[in-house]
Amino acid sequence: MNALQLNNPQFKSILQQATNLIALPLVGIAMFLLIWSMAADRIDTSLGKFPGPSQVATQAVALYDEHVAEREKAAAFYERQEKRNAARIAKDPTYEPKIRKYTGKETFFDQIVTSLITVMSGFILAAAVAIPLGIAIGLNKKLNIAVNPIVQLFKPVSPLAWLPLVTMVVSALYVSPDPVVPKSFLNSMITVTLCCLWPMVINTSVGVASIDKDLVNVSRVLRLPALKHVQKIVLPASIPAIFTGMRLSLGVAWMVLIAAEMLAQNPGLGKFVWDEFQNGSSDSLSRIMTAVIVIGFIGFLLDRVMLQVQRVVSWDKAGAH
Amino acid sequence: MSVILDISKIDMVFPTPKGPFTALKEVDLQISKGEFVSLIGHSGCGKSTVLNVVAGLYQASKGGVILNGREVSEPGPERAVVFQNHSLLPWLTAYQNVELAVKQVFGRSKSKAEIKDWVEHNLKLVHMDHAMNKRPDEISGGMKQRVGIARALAMQPEVLLMDEPFGALDALTRAHMQDSLMEIQAELNNTVIMITHDVDEAVLLSDRIVMMTNGPAATIGEILDINLERPRERLALAEDPEYNHLRSEVLKFLYEKQRKVEPISATKSTKESTKKTTEVA
Repeated sequence: MNALQLNNPQFKSILQQATNLIALPLVGIAMFLLIWSMAADRIDTSLGKFPGPSQVATQAVALYDEHVAEREKAAAFYERQEKRNAARIAKDPTYEPKIRKYTGKETFFDQIVTSLITVMSGFILAAAVAIPLGIAIGLNKKLNIAVNPIVQLFKPVSPLAWLPLVTMVVSALYVSPDPVVPKSFLNSMITVTLCCLWPMVINTSVGVASIDKDLVNVSRVLRLPALKHVQKIVLPASIPAIFTGMRLSLGVAWMVLIAAEMLAQNPGLGKFVWDEFQNGSSDSLSRIMTAVIVIGFIGFLLDRVMLQVQRVVSWDKAGAH
Repeated sequence: MSVILDISKIDMVFPTPKGPFTALKEVDLQISKGEFVSLIGHSGCGKSTVLNVVAGLYQASKGGVILNGREVSEPGPERAVVFQNHSLLPWLTAYQNVELAVKQVFGRSKSKAEIKDWVEHNLKLVHMDHAMNKRPDEISGGMKQRVGIARALAMQPEVLLMDEPFGALDALTRAHMQDSLMEIQAELNNTVIMITHDVDEAVLLSDRIVMMTNGPAATIGEILDINLERPRERLALAEDPEYNHLRSEVLKFLYEKQRKVEPISATKSTKESTKKTTEVA
């Protein structure tokens, strides 16, 4: 490269972009890893030294290997079962084969999947309730005044405070000999729903109430019927606010879910953390630290996914960042 | 000519925390079919309030508005409004914005193809057929206002209400829009009420200029007939003694008879102060 190229403004701007996008974040991560490993060395716990980056990396690989091993075990189990059934049918054609489920322990990756399914179901359930409610509140001032005290009262309550109540109510009402979903899943899901509800209701109603008055007047001049008014004017106008509420609540929901799973011993990442803590082996802290990083990463991804959905759905491209 | 719209002695009183505020007092005006009437006056004199009462967005406290022998009690497409800031739905294209209005007004009487033709016809009328599929944020202020006018025209209103339609545009665009509006008006001969505080615009476009006194309790001060021949030509009129006489009549009314002394800081109009933002959180 000659000097002319280096001074080229276009080249400079590309260089600057590369610095901003790649180099600076890498420097930040490197600094963090350095401080972390230095600090980790100095912290002695009853379970050994606090894990540094290298121990965590080792455990991340170990967790993956365990997962693969567990899957192989499961596959082998089903294969044995199939062979056995085939053999019995060969002997006795009237025999109806039973498939028994593999009951091995859930791996780290299984727990991730469980947590993700739980958070999404709770979130979708909350959206299904909160968005229509928020629209109704935003449209009707009297309803707003009536509902507002309740929203304000329950908004600051940690959803974890609801957890014991939810657990008791679910076990009292959800009695079925052959449940479609486990009770623990319902408990976690409802807790997530309760914490998602309020930010979504509030943001939706504020979005609806603050629609440009001229747009409402357009609708009045056109004499749009109520349902069409909501569909054509209210909903599109408040999409940005609705998404703000959804992203806020999904972020909180993910945090709350982990805590709820720890507290209630419901399957998921929270249970994984708690089990490792109770296990108290020399690897436990490294495994918990791995979980912490994964939890953070998934939380980040969830927000990005919501942002992408918002970009697709919303007309207001400027608002989606 | 027959009176199509009768604004019959309307009073408008707004409740405020400091007690009732009389914005309009005995505003009385009859408008014939095909007439172009401008309302002019200082800001805060209640021009917009008159328009909103005619539109049905406000209910007069006393008196009423009669359109074609029927009293106006709610907004409706037969009194289409062109709002000052275009108020197009930002998530719809120019075509879709007009289409929404056409579907709502003619959804039952026109077929799908007829609706499409009618939307396109109206966009063509305002010279916006080249940007039909653009969203409001992709077109200029003047173009947005054109689409707003197309939307109002597409409703085939009996009275077209325009609330400072070109107030937010720069002077050159405004002149261009005025010429376009005169062209459309020559073709369709709509009945129009337009609010403006541009004296040239009022004289150029109107058959009558209704000059309003300052509020509170604003009312009609004088009505000026503009008998200039149509089609009117901006450049030719600039030299025309009749035009200049009419122009100075309006100026005299505004700056001598209804001189408004306002401290510089108090520029907030009453319209703005009644706008409230509701918040729940």
